[in-house]
Amino acid sequence: MSQDPRNTHRADAPDDQSAPVVPSDPAAPAEGPALIALEGVHKAFGDLHVLKDCDLRVAEGEVAVLIGPSGSGKSTLLRCINQLEEPTAGRVRIAGVTQGYAEEPLPDGRWQKLSPQQIARQRARIGMVFQRFDLFPHMTALQNVMEAPVHVLGRPKAQAEKDALALLERVGLADRAEHYPSELSGGQQQRVAIARALAMEPELMLFDEPTSALDPELVAEVLTVLKELAEGGMTMVVVTHEMGFAREVADQVVFMADGQILEQGTPEQVIDHPQSDRLQGFLASVL
Amino acid sequence: MSTTQPSPTPADGPVGPVPAAGSPQRASGAPQPSGRDADPIPGRIRAKRSPRPGTWISAVIVVLLVLALANFLVTNPVFDWGTVATYILDVKVVQGVGWTLLITVLSMVLGTVIALTAAIMRRSENPVLRGVSWAYIFVFRGTPVYTQLVFWGLFTVIVPKIALGIPFGPEWFSFSTRDYFPAFWAAVVGLGLNEGAYLAEIIRSGLNSVDKGQSEASKALGMGNGQILRRIIIPQAMRVIVPPLGNETIGMLKTTSLVLAVPFTLDLTFATNAIANKLYAPIPLLVVAAIWYLAITSVLMVGQYYLERYFGRGFDDRPGGAGPAKRGRRARQRAVNSASTTPKNSLPEVEL
Repeated sequence: MSQDPRNTHRADAPDDQSAPVVPSDPAAPAEGPALIALEGVHKAFGDLHVLKDCDLRVAEGEVAVLIGPSGSGKSTLLRCINQLEEPTAGRVRIAGVTQGYAEEPLPDGRWQKLSPQQIARQRARIGMVFQRFDLFPHMTALQNVMEAPVHVLGRPKAQAEKDALALLERVGLADRAEHYPSELSGGQQQRVAIARALAMEPELMLFDEPTSALDPELVAEVLTVLKELAEGGMTMVVVTHEMGFAREVADQVVFMADGQILEQGTPEQVIDHPQSDRLQGFLASVL
Repeated sequence: MSTTQPSPTPADGPVGPVPAAGSPQRASGAPQPSGRDADPIPGRIRAKRSPRPGTWISAVIVVLLVLALANFLVTNPVFDWGTVATYILDVKVVQGVGWTLLITVLSMVLGTVIALTAAIMRRSENPVLRGVSWAYIFVFRGTPVYTQLVFWGLFTVIVPKIALGIPFGPEWFSFSTRDYFPAFWAAVVGLGLNEGAYLAEIIRSGLNSVDKGQSEASKALGMGNGQILRRIIIPQAMRVIVPPLGNETIGMLKTTSLVLAVPFTLDLTFATNAIANKLYAPIPLLVVAAIWYLAITSVLMVGQYYLERYFGRGFDDRPGGAGPAKRGRRARQRAVNSASTTPKNSLPEVEL
């Protein structure tokens, strides 16, 4: 990818050390629509203003890692991408298509909301993996993975089962296909959850602290799957506290604090050369 | 025996009950350990139960009470066991059992369908649906079931004709309720509507018991609200709903004795009462009815056990507790394994 924002950043980085890396970095390549584009996104829960004017662009095949202290709005930002949260202001576009609303405002300036069915169709193209796995406990691993292809995409069961077994194999769990989630370890459950999301053949994947609920020795098996996905060219947005993973896999690291994107850039820029005191303090606490 | 095995515990702190001085005699009476398979756990604790005199005292008291009860039942002539034996399989009685069962099942099915609808309406974002559901529960839970049954019995008098048309305007189609609403259906509808109001609250709490993450995960997969309810929420809520649902079913079995308010006159209680009045022998026929109600309750409890097992699948680690889905598991597992799709340790290590 010649348009890889990493290269531009890297060229700028040495002589640009003192300049703060601001959200709408003019160095970021503007040409070619980003697969994910958040523009001026705000989110308020009543009086609580949890996201403030967030801009984020993630190109196809890119891996963006969101870091920041808890309560900084990382998960909310992630959940705005697949409309589990509705932005209070701003726009979310996936492959150029506005999420949740019509493309143009109505003559009176309001925005026409999409129907629940249309929103469900938009969500179906985005895979999501949760901190607490949230597998369906009354279904086996195989049934968990087959559920959406059969009942959302209308695939024939035999085909869906074959695909699901292949996916379970890909995450190293074909021999656990007939187990219920309660019979699997946390790491295995999370890998099933990844397979379940992949079964919808999503254009991008969102990971909300996928290893935070795991015992330390189980973290690696999940990160391995994430890494393989990234190498396979999947567009990913990952909220995580695993700095080693961020450094190794991320194309773009985004640091959030108090609902704002404070710094973003390559892992070298953000993790190795933090500009703000907030980021330096945060990194000192997690590294 | 610990006399033949070196104890791994420190000599000054015996953990398990160490054999007392007289124990060699007991040990010699027990089979010799050398001839059996060696216990893989050295120094296994041989526990002697702590004395529980309460168990014995209560057992003696209960046995005495049971004997007294048996004496009372056998010697008291009012029970007239001969009459009980004569009428327990009487045609009218057995037919009464059939009608009672039929009313119980139909009114529970009707009640469950109404209750599920009402519970889902209560959760709706539509305020009209929420209001209708609230009003239904308010009225039908707040009035006696006997009153409701009398009302449904009088329905054909209160509403002799049902017509389709515009209120105060023209009428396109009408029929007489008398022809389509016999006492049997009045009983079923009356009991079902009353039961639905109670079940609605049970089902609502069951639906609320399912983790919020479940509907979020389903939404993220692109499932619609109806699908999420049907495929994800309700199957999990059933685990919580079934035990009280069983309770309500058993309650309904006995509430059916109120259908004489309609009046419906073929159920078990009415049938045994009619015979009792004819014979001037109320007690033996009450016993006949009680035996039948107990028998039906036992059958219902078995059904509840299987329902609980089915909806507990995936939640229960007890062997066989995962329900029928597990039965074909071994065969399929062998098939999956023999395909050897998963090499051992297929995951490369990631450098962190």
